[in-house]
Amino acid sequence: MKKESKMWRDNLRGIFYIALKDIKTYYFKPPAVSWGIVFPITWILAFYLRNPGSFEELVPGLIAMTILFSTTAAEAVVINFELRLGSLERLLLAPISLSAVLLGKVLGGVIFGFAMTTVVTIGSIIVLGLHPNFIYLILIIIPSLLVFSSLGALLCVLVKEVFEAQTLLNLPRFLMIFLSGVVYPVSKMPLVLRYLSYVLPLTYTVDGLKFSFSDSSNKTILPYALILIGFFLIFIFPAVKLLSKKFE
Amino acid sequence: MENIIDVKKLTKRFGSFTAVDEISFEVKSGEVFGFLGPNGAGKTTTIRMLTGLSKPSGGSASILGFDIQSEIIKVKKLIGVVPEISNLYDELSAFDNLLFMAQLYGVPRTQRRKNAEELLKTFRLYERKDSLFRTFSRGMKRALTIAAALIHKPKILFLDEPTVGLDVVAARSLRNLISNFRRQGTTIFLTTHYLEEADLLCDRVAILVKGKVLTIDTPNALKAETNKKSLEEVFMKITGLEPEVLAIEKGK
Repeated sequence: MKKESKMWRDNLRGIFYIALKDIKTYYFKPPAVSWGIVFPITWILAFYLRNPGSFEELVPGLIAMTILFSTTAAEAVVINFELRLGSLERLLLAPISLSAVLLGKVLGGVIFGFAMTTVVTIGSIIVLGLHPNFIYLILIIIPSLLVFSSLGALLCVLVKEVFEAQTLLNLPRFLMIFLSGVVYPVSKMPLVLRYLSYVLPLTYTVDGLKFSFSDSSNKTILPYALILIGFFLIFIFPAVKLLSKKFE
Repeated sequence: MENIIDVKKLTKRFGSFTAVDEISFEVKSGEVFGFLGPNGAGKTTTIRMLTGLSKPSGGSASILGFDIQSEIIKVKKLIGVVPEISNLYDELSAFDNLLFMAQLYGVPRTQRRKNAEELLKTFRLYERKDSLFRTFSRGMKRALTIAAALIHKPKILFLDEPTVGLDVVAARSLRNLISNFRRQGTTIFLTTHYLEEADLLCDRVAILVKGKVLTIDTPNALKAETNKKSLEEVFMKITGLEPEVLAIEKGK
């Protein structure tokens, strides 16, 4: 029992310091910041200018895009670049599990994503004078950050090169922007696309965020949060398995 | 002296190719053990298995009594590994790289800075402690990579081709450091292409060809046994490369 708790402590320490190192080394650098925050704002502004209406309606989409892009902003570098340089092996030589190494990588994306999302969310609330349910917001944002950071990790361990990872990451990113209700409501989509949107995690992030910004006192946010946690588990387990296969 | 590394019929297969073929050997406490062989002999694959980076296909090995498969986390706490490439973090300073390694290995908070500063002084890098790793010369990068492997004061140090690509001065200084660690009682598992280096540093050497250990003994015993003057000549004879080299020399 004591040995197991020591192992857990070692792994948790590893996860924390790997995330901290990645944040210091790769995140909060101009490319990651521009990809994580400037890109979603530009997109939303472009949609708004093309079809001006209520900007408030676009806020959940803006926050969802910020979550999606900021968590995956540097993952190709954090995983594939380190794999190529051999620095990831350096982490695997440490007395922590391979799952802890990958979770450290995921946590780096989550922390950076949380910082970027907080800026966008608080900024939108102040500028537009919105009154969201903050507990609901947290219950959607945190699992979403985990989902997209682990999705990024999964796609990155599938390939070898940084450019391959970036290309592969763009596929679900752009698919989700158009099919998850970020700018166009899912309810107005053709039936086939509507069904497709239900298997995309961003749909639940956008719906959950819309829910948090609406008068929703008679409903619960829990199903959205649970579905997002489910997506996180679906992405993280194969990511660990695939990374471990690379070192067999 | 007690056996600190115990390898029994260790095997690694990649599909139908056998990279390491049922090798067995022991490394004694406090010795410098040289693992020699031509390219592709299986030296790095063996190190990767012993350090938990790769899973064996067969056989077993233990380090300080801990099994490398079922107790690898315990093994990792006791070993330091210097891979063939200097793989620290370009965007971190020398000091931050060592500090990160200390954090990762669970060095007590009060010891982290002290260990890092001591190692920077030992490797004559203290003046450059705040410089980014990417600004270092190849020799300095190598030195810092070795320092990083020593941050948690390991009992065994695995060095994979430590002097490859270094100039004469840097290589010599590194060899002196290795000798110092040996004097301090650290067990060293060394792979190298440089046979003079192995002759100079190693208490015993194993010669590996095509994944098989052909012989293990002290450099002097091997020289006496084969009636050769240098470890290089011994290596040529044992690996069967001698006729090839003689033919090349005749061609001259």
